[in-house]
Amino acid sequence: MAQSLTGAGGLQSVPALLHRNATEYGSRPAYREKEFGIWQSWTWAETAAEIEALALGLINMGVNEGDFIAIIGRNRPYLYWSMVAAQMVGAIPVPLYQDANAEEMAYVLGHCGARFVIVGDQEQVDKVIEVQEQLHQFEHMIYLDPRGMRKYDHTHLHQYSHVQDQGRAARDELSGELERRREKPDYDTTCVMLYTSGTTGKPKGVVLSNRNVIETAKASSDFDKLRQDDEILAYLPMAWVGDFIFSIGQAYWCGFCVNCPESADTMMTDLREIGPTYYFAPPRVFETQLTNVMIRMEDAGAVKRKMFDHYMAHARKVGPAILDGRPVSAADRLKYRIGDMLVYGPLKNTLGFSRVRVGYTAGEAIGPEIFDFYRSLGINLKQLYGQTEATVFITAQPDGEVRSDTVGVPCPGVEIRIADSGEVFYRSPGVFVEYYKNAESTADTKDPEGWVATGDAGFIEEETGHLRIIDRAKDVGKMADGSLFAPKYVENKLKFYPNVLEAVVFGNGRDQCTAFINIDLTAVGNWAERNNVAYASYQELAAHPQVMDTIQSHVEEVNRSVAEDPMLSGCQVHRFVVLHKELDADDGELTRTRKVRRRIVEEKYADIVAALYDGSPQVSTETEVTYEDGRKGSIRATLEIRDARVVPVVPQKVAAE
Amino acid sequence: MLDASEGYTTADGRKIGGVVMEMKNITLRFGGVKAITDISFDIREGEIRAIIGPNGAGKSSMLNVMSGFYVPQEGEVWFRGKPRPQMKPYEVARQGIARTFQNIALFEGMSVLDNVMTGRLTHMTTGMFTQALWKGRAETEETANREIAEKIIDFLEIQAIRKTPVSRLPYGLKKRVELARALAAEPKLLLLDEPMAGMNVEEKEDMSRFILDVNDEFGTTIALIEHDMGVVMDLSDRVVVMDYGKKIGDGTPDEVRSNQEVIDAYLGVEHD
Repeated sequence: MAQSLTGAGGLQSVPALLHRNATEYGSRPAYREKEFGIWQSWTWAETAAEIEALALGLINMGVNEGDFIAIIGRNRPYLYWSMVAAQMVGAIPVPLYQDANAEEMAYVLGHCGARFVIVGDQEQVDKVIEVQEQLHQFEHMIYLDPRGMRKYDHTHLHQYSHVQDQGRAARDELSGELERRREKPDYDTTCVMLYTSGTTGKPKGVVLSNRNVIETAKASSDFDKLRQDDEILAYLPMAWVGDFIFSIGQAYWCGFCVNCPESADTMMTDLREIGPTYYFAPPRVFETQLTNVMIRMEDAGAVKRKMFDHYMAHARKVGPAILDGRPVSAADRLKYRIGDMLVYGPLKNTLGFSRVRVGYTAGEAIGPEIFDFYRSLGINLKQLYGQTEATVFITAQPDGEVRSDTVGVPCPGVEIRIADSGEVFYRSPGVFVEYYKNAESTADTKDPEGWVATGDAGFIEEETGHLRIIDRAKDVGKMADGSLFAPKYVENKLKFYPNVLEAVVFGNGRDQCTAFINIDLTAVGNWAERNNVAYASYQELAAHPQVMDTIQSHVEEVNRSVAEDPMLSGCQVHRFVVLHKELDADDGELTRTRKVRRRIVEEKYADIVAALYDGSPQVSTETEVTYEDGRKGSIRATLEIRDARVVPVVPQKVAAE
Repeated sequence: MLDASEGYTTADGRKIGGVVMEMKNITLRFGGVKAITDISFDIREGEIRAIIGPNGAGKSSMLNVMSGFYVPQEGEVWFRGKPRPQMKPYEVARQGIARTFQNIALFEGMSVLDNVMTGRLTHMTTGMFTQALWKGRAETEETANREIAEKIIDFLEIQAIRKTPVSRLPYGLKKRVELARALAAEPKLLLLDEPMAGMNVEEKEDMSRFILDVNDEFGTTIALIEHDMGVVMDLSDRVVVMDYGKKIGDGTPDEVRSNQEVIDAYLGVEHD
């Protein structure tokens, strides 16, 4: 097998990496999970044994090579092991979003034709049972947490630990077969299939090969000098490509430890206890944390508040420069050191960021104030730009070249090209194999030379070589007068205000822009409490005149800022409405990764959009809502529509030829 | 009437065992006021038994008789085949009966974990001095008890508030903590006094699920008092209906629902 010895020294699959880790650093921790209030840990050697037992159990149950095994649940070591065990027996793991509803799950399970499903608990079992009639290939389900499962019919249901026990019992008989299957995969074998949440249409199954995953893990680990003693907290959805790369790709490549929180609610406490050295979070998480810090500071005593304000001002001045290694005077450095002792250090500890060496944010634009806040504390927070089809990494910011408005330089091995339309294209070893059973979409996205369309419009800054993303290419449009319409650009500026949770800007093909705003209940609710504003519901708070005034002032400030950019000055928001409900993934208004589905929102609230453009001062509307358990209800509201001041647009000078 | 030695099988296929507790002709008076008049019913191993009735029907008094807090003037409480003598509350707890209260009775200043640990008190054998020294048997014992407390915290999904002082918790969570403390005693019989009073729909659904799970997972026999008819009918295997201190109905939710006396007294007259 000369073939398998090329590439990463014969390490051409995740099970091969597992084998290396178990042999070379067998006694080092591989996984930790907090359970019953204590961090339980597994070494690499123990992990290998657990995975092997499960793999044998899977063969015992009749898993064939090439089968798809769906995995649904929150981040738990056992479920990560399921993915590797699936690979070990020649099957393809397909992690699914655990908060997907039964219909979404039925589609994905049916599309990949999963014969086996491994789930976390009763909730997921129920969802799969609900749709199993539609699934012709589905045969067996394995569940992890036996709670509440006793009364279920166990002809097709199996407990995880029992499957492992049966695997251990059948070791002598099946270990030859396992060995044969484990040796087989090479760089071209499928490593994992991940369904993209899809802002439009049905989710697509992105097939990633071992080459994609391992080459990407290798290159990105080198880029950030990730080490074997790094620690990460795995809390983002397992179905998301980022989690797969961080918690499996890079973790197995470097051999670092993956820590799983006790439950979704304890994530912040667990973060603090673990103190990860390598951390990823979407901007939303950083935003929430900052909002919490600010709320708590407002409640603090006068002395503490003064100290906080004083040293934070200093940190904002010199912190980023110190982090980037730029020259800073000795006096400033000394003051920063004192600040670190009094404010930054304890604050970082509270947030769980004391040990962060490399932190990333991606997925959405992050507000410059938020970004700078964390960097000024000395947290090496950077941005990256990526997508599932690229096995995450397209561009990333190298240490010392970090800014809030770019997404960095091409990652090692990645080539970038900007098309005439402004759309960003890339080519790299991480480029996906195909969309499963969807040759048409594959051809649309990836050309024969391997260039992939990102669907984002952007440009490369000439002086620095950094990529800047403006908006989704398909969302970038033209206003009626022909000027550029980039909704995301304006929405992001709006969302940088803590009071604004979500914004949707309309205006494509129209003569002016308008916006939907969602208030942030935490921030606005806190303000209401502070100012003795009574409210009974989200809806009531959202419609409060003072809240409307505040939002109006934000919109007007954004207009002033947007007007400064001559290219985009046409995108100022003329009229806006504060929505009576939060946009929600359960209602299909957001994707599972919480991105706005623009078309759907526009269709669903067509009456409100119409009112925004016909000049009426208010609009009555009724909206259908879906509760978490799938039931439907409706809410009625009369919404006030406000006009926002805009800065007069200076007609763009046409270059005289 | 059911034979005391035999059990029955519920609609969802659970096996219900023999009688755990039997109330025999209980009459309870406060001075001249008769709170309970000549009531008899039994609670069987593994079942969820509800006591319902309008305000002032004597439900809480009944629960207090069951828990040994009130001593009836007439009648006997039989527990596990023997008449139960008058007992102190801690003696009742030692027998394997735990309860929650209508008005939450937690230690407000203590953390959730500490509150749950107090539920283990009856299972601790080491003395105050040994525990203060924290050596040997006291340490082993505390570790074992902590493990049980943690399993219950995990079971009721209150990990995130483990270290939070109870006073800072919202009402619905306090109710859950109280249930956790009662469960920590590993009771054979769990008495719940209006476990869902004052809760919103979502909290009620959560609580119902926990009650069913407790019954299913630990096989705990549960007797509960509840106002919310929908919840009671969905949850319980058999229902006792009280009105003005008297028993006016006893049977499965369906039987009770169609009992004319119950309909008239409590549910209102049915219209076609």
